[in-house]
Amino acid sequence: MSTFPDAAKPRLAAKARLKWDEIRQKPLLLFPEEVLVLNPTAYEVLALCDGRRTIGEILQSLKKKFNNDAVDGDVRDLLARLAGKGLLVIGD
Amino acid sequence: METPRPYSLLCELTYRCPLQCPYCSNPVDFARYDAELSTAEWERVLTEAASLGVVQAHFSGGEPLLRADLPQIVRCARDLGLYTNLSTGGTLFQETIGAQLREAGLDSLQVSLQDADPKSADRIAGGTPSFEKKKRAAQLAKELGFALTVNVVLHRRNLDRIEEIIVLAEELGAERLELANTQYNGWALKNRAALLPRRAQVESAAAVAEAASIRLKGQMEILYVRPDYFEQYPKACMYGWGRVFLTVTADGSVLPCQTAREIRGLKFENARHSSLDHIWFESETFQKFRGTDWLPEPCRSCPRKEVDFGGCRCQAFLLAGDASVTDPVCSLSPLRGLIENAVAEAESAGDVEWIYRTPAESRRHASSGATG
Repeated sequence: MSTFPDAAKPRLAAKARLKWDEIRQKPLLLFPEEVLVLNPTAYEVLALCDGRRTIGEILQSLKKKFNNDAVDGDVRDLLARLAGKGLLVIGD
Repeated sequence: METPRPYSLLCELTYRCPLQCPYCSNPVDFARYDAELSTAEWERVLTEAASLGVVQAHFSGGEPLLRADLPQIVRCARDLGLYTNLSTGGTLFQETIGAQLREAGLDSLQVSLQDADPKSADRIAGGTPSFEKKKRAAQLAKELGFALTVNVVLHRRNLDRIEEIIVLAEELGAERLELANTQYNGWALKNRAALLPRRAQVESAAAVAEAASIRLKGQMEILYVRPDYFEQYPKACMYGWGRVFLTVTADGSVLPCQTAREIRGLKFENARHSSLDHIWFESETFQKFRGTDWLPEPCRSCPRKEVDFGGCRCQAFLLAGDASVTDPVCSLSPLRGLIENAVAEAESAGDVEWIYRTPAESRRHASSGATG
């Protein structure tokens, strides 16, 4: 698994769109030909991937929010998977 | 169990098309359906779809760029919060319409290519030069900032060039490449003898696609759809009937999948006369093969029934004459021999000519009353 530096700034790729589905009351990630139904944590993570925050800042913010220091591995794993699918761009 | 709501709507805006590919997924008798929905009717369909739970709208055809109101329809979908995708042959994609679609908020653009070899590509698409126009369309899509998917239908006459096809898609800057082996329904079934590959072609292409998808990870996603004739189990067609997808055709018929019209005896309601909500939840056709309760043996007692839902209903009808039996492609189907025979014939046969998807051919077919 690739590890991105903490200073990297992830953002959603142009082709991907985050959507709150009012009808299902669930967060979705939309991209060509596919719909990913997100869990609440993944939604929180992606909502923070705005191209301005660094991975370090995103992790800090999530640790505080979920009062849990063990989120690192899961979040990094999610970022790597989405980047691998071309849905997340990891900027410098 | 609660009936699921659809995520995805396919809008087949028109059956008109400048190309004549012999594996077209439009109905063989498409020439019968000539009264296209109006702009206002499409806007109503999209509005009803969004209320029903649809979050993605795919615009396809025929050639959807033949509809002058395409930007207006796309804008309507975007205003409803839908993710929008356009599938085009590309020959009519030009700067002005491209900019209009970008402005309308189109999220993703899919251009079909027929082959990496120009002569072969033009021949597959029906003879008039289209390959260079398609390449130009893909380049223009990138220049305009679209997320580009390149789609290639694979068969006997282009599978051996899969390597070149992948390189071409890479050169065009596609973010996604769909390499979909032909599904033998409709026109493709009529042309099966010309299109069905030899096993060695299929195996070799799968290996090339897999290696390339590893090499290009993060740069270009490759989706390789294997031909079900060479598999042990059927596809999870539409991820289940009336579960995730619905299609509205050029003339307003509402179908569980784009080829379902081939199943004779099913009645399809029209979006002109009924709401999508009613059709999805109440119509007999959408309920007929929904879920797994309707499944016959060997599916009923099969642990894979929630994986593939018995396979493709159209294929069951077209090959077995009965849409309610196990997809004959399944190795557990008593009719698997039909598939084995076709595969064996393809192994030893020479090249056969196909018939093109033309209005004349379609009318000839419709008037002869043939169905397959």
